[in-house]
Amino acid sequence: MAQTGTTAGTVHEAAHGSGEFPPFNTATYPGQLVWLALTFGFLYFMMARIIVPRLSGIIGDRRRRIATDLEQAAEMRSRAEEAGRAYEQALAEARAKAQAIAQETRTALATESEVRRKALEADLAQKLAQAEAVIQARTESAMANVREVATEAASAIVERLTGRAPDSAAIESAYDRVARS
Amino acid sequence: MASPIEQFEIKPIIPALGFTNSSLFMVGGVALIVGGLLYATRNRSVVPDRFQAGAEILHDFVAGTLTDAAGRDGMKFFPFVFSLFMFVLTLNLVGLIPGFFTVTSHIIVTFALAALVIGTVIVYGLMRHGTHFLGLFVPSGVPVWLLPFIVVIEIISFISRPISLSLRLFANMLAGHIALKVFGGFVVALGGAGALAVLAPLPLLMAVALTALEFLVAGLQAYVFTVLTCIYLNDAIHPGH
Repeated sequence: MAQTGTTAGTVHEAAHGSGEFPPFNTATYPGQLVWLALTFGFLYFMMARIIVPRLSGIIGDRRRRIATDLEQAAEMRSRAEEAGRAYEQALAEARAKAQAIAQETRTALATESEVRRKALEADLAQKLAQAEAVIQARTESAMANVREVATEAASAIVERLTGRAPDSAAIESAYDRVARS
Repeated sequence: MASPIEQFEIKPIIPALGFTNSSLFMVGGVALIVGGLLYATRNRSVVPDRFQAGAEILHDFVAGTLTDAAGRDGMKFFPFVFSLFMFVLTLNLVGLIPGFFTVTSHIIVTFALAALVIGTVIVYGLMRHGTHFLGLFVPSGVPVWLLPFIVVIEIISFISRPISLSLRLFANMLAGHIALKVFGGFVVALGGAGALAVLAPLPLLMAVALTALEFLVAGLQAYVFTVLTCIYLNDAIHPGH
């Protein structure tokens, strides 16, 4: 039993060179180191020359693109805000202008009507004054006629009653006494 | 039944070139990374398709890790760090496919990668900062009589970096694959053990759970390797604490 075990052990050892634990078998070290140097060297070369520049290029491009996009968006926004402000201002200006025009028209119309009213009033006043003057003149002439008619009538009445023509001066003074009272 | 460590055997495929199963998976992994990333970025579109989005997520993830640890200056090492991350991640994950070889389960590979990182730190640090880079080992604000001890401790901690960096990845990959293999072996052993076969599903469930855990470990160890690389590179870029 023990013997077969030992034989198996030696066969096993023989099959694998020295019976050492494989990671500590120094005979394999040079080969591993050479191939490690070759493969890792190739990997480093590809990384340094192609892969890393490509990857950082992609990431840098994206970062730049996002930055410029954000910048553009901010610019567009400020432009839109500016346009909004300009619109508001134009609106306010138009409103103010409309109000000014309305006010102007209102005052113009008011003054015109005032002028027309004044002219009309003056016209009317003039006509009134003329009419009053006419009335005054008529009244005066009428009053003068009344005196003449009254003295003639009194003289005729006195002549019929007394048979002789009365003194005109006496009739005039009598008339004046009666008219004054 | 195969021993749990048989999966780590290096088997020659083309002996004349020293081409082994390990070499095959290195070549395959690199071809997968380069081909995948070239395919993903072929359109260079502003609105990415799903492959390009995936490549961009990987890029941004590693770039974020690098700039967090080493600042904007660290981005000059980005191709190196991205290569390391993709290499380790891909080979960790490819190794989880049953029957496939795990390149990162060999200490010489992880140690070579860690030595490459530390070598880069030392060479770049000395080139960029000259002797000022050695200030890394002399923390400011330490009493003079303490300095010899502190410097020795700092040097030891610096030297232990590539060792811990490589051992961590190697040990995680190795242990995970051994555990998977052991539990897989239990399923077969119990299945052929008569009445005990009713217990066979238990290690099977364990193997399923361990597989999920190994996927996590594969990603996590690639990330840890990358983060530590970034932190060490930061020492080369900004020496002096």
